Amino acid sequence: MLRLLRFLWPLALAFVLAGPAFAQLKPVPALTARVTDEAGMIDDSQRQRLEAVLADYEAKTGSQIAVLLVTSTAPEAIEQYSIRVADAWKLGRKGVDDGVLLLVARDNPSALRRLRIEAGRGVQGVLTDAQSKRILQDVIAPHFRQNHYYEGLVAGVGAIATLLNQEQFPAPARQGRAAAEDGGGLGLFGIAMLVLGFMLLRSIFRPRRSRLAHGGWGRGAGYRSGLGDAATGFILGNVLGNMGRGGGGFHGGGFSGGGGSFDGGGASGDW
Amino acid sequence: MERSVFSRWFRLLTVAVLAGSLLSGCGYNEFQAKDEATKAAWGEVVNQYQRRADLIPNLVNTVKGYASHERGTLEAVTRARAAATSFQITPEVLNNPAAFQKFQQVQGELSNALSRLMAVSEKYPDLKADTSFRDLQSQLEGTENRITVARQRYIAAVQDYNITVRKFPTNLTAMLFGYKSKPSFMVENEKAISTAPTVDFGNK
Repeated sequence: MLRLLRFLWPLALAFVLAGPAFAQLKPVPALTARVTDEAGMIDDSQRQRLEAVLADYEAKTGSQIAVLLVTSTAPEAIEQYSIRVADAWKLGRKGVDDGVLLLVARDNPSALRRLRIEAGRGVQGVLTDAQSKRILQDVIAPHFRQNHYYEGLVAGVGAIATLLNQEQFPAPARQGRAAAEDGGGLGLFGIAMLVLGFMLLRSIFRPRRSRLAHGGWGRGAGYRSGLGDAATGFILGNVLGNMGRGGGGFHGGGFSGGGGSFDGGGASGDW
Repeated sequence: MERSVFSRWFRLLTVAVLAGSLLSGCGYNEFQAKDEATKAAWGEVVNQYQRRADLIPNLVNTVKGYASHERGTLEAVTRARAAATSFQITPEVLNNPAAFQKFQQVQGELSNALSRLMAVSEKYPDLKADTSFRDLQSQLEGTENRITVARQRYIAAVQDYNITVRKFPTNLTAMLFGYKSKPSFMVENEKAISTAPTVDFGNK
């Protein structure tokens, strides 16, 4: 009993500590656009121009870069907040992990830092921590010091894009090809299901001594599930194929991450 | 005669099927999935600690170039690195609280030695202005952050696993197969270790 208690108390402590901490943390904003300005640092036309540049970049290369401007990340340090944002937004393509988040927390105290580049796992070969740091300190910070936020962001995004161009990422999914690939892949799944269904049927019809095999339900269910799964496979394949045609997480003007993952790499800085 | 053999087989089969469905109902598969998840998360932790260890020789050499008479600090880092990298990380570390403790201790000592080194380097303006030192500094900083993230993910994975070990009815399965709750990074250790050189150096 004592041992059980000893095992349990850290867990209880964690809950007690985590409860209020979670309540105070700044929530991750919904991902609706590539440029999210909660702090009012740039005006609307600037936001749209930057948005267009980033959308164009994704259309050309497939890599997703997003910019988030907030007032503060307190009580967390900027890197703790930014990994939560990156995990929630999942920028970059799944498996390629070519997403980058540029985060600015305008009113953060210097201990929590005000600038952050969160680099996806896949881009860290070119956008190394050292390069990220240089972009923050040498490219963005000089503009920000003069309150030229838009210019700083444009220069920073440009520097990030220039670095990413040095890496050979897979080409962005072209509309027709993506559909064919996805459809084909799941079509195969459907075919596999069909084959499985037939094997089930055959095994049921083959005369055997087992009483189970003679059950009427076995025959019907096996037959139906085989065909049913094949049909599901085909339907799924078509649906996903159609989704692929949308390309790059662009649905009805909205924006969503492609499933990229992050490991906390990048750099933090200040201006 | 033959009939009874057949019915015995049939009974065995039924028992096997029943046991199978019971096991999956009682979370046997859940255990396997969560166990793998904790192992993967642990792999990432080890990976990032290794990444930090790999940075150190370069860092030590760069600092040596400007601050060779800080020999004590430099040697402490080298020693702590040697201790940390020579502590063999086998999968059993995950299930052995003592070994886990030891792992944390050696890595924590390396963190402390590193933070002393970074504090010392503040005294040398030439060193701070050196480009390769600045790059190494940001790499170290990034890696410390990766370690923090990997540790957090490990904590979450272990928590998930441990809850499955304790809650009903999966605790019965855990008892049956001898699955024990896994050790994780605790709050006190968290404090001791994560005061690593993460934040306060070299930023303007």
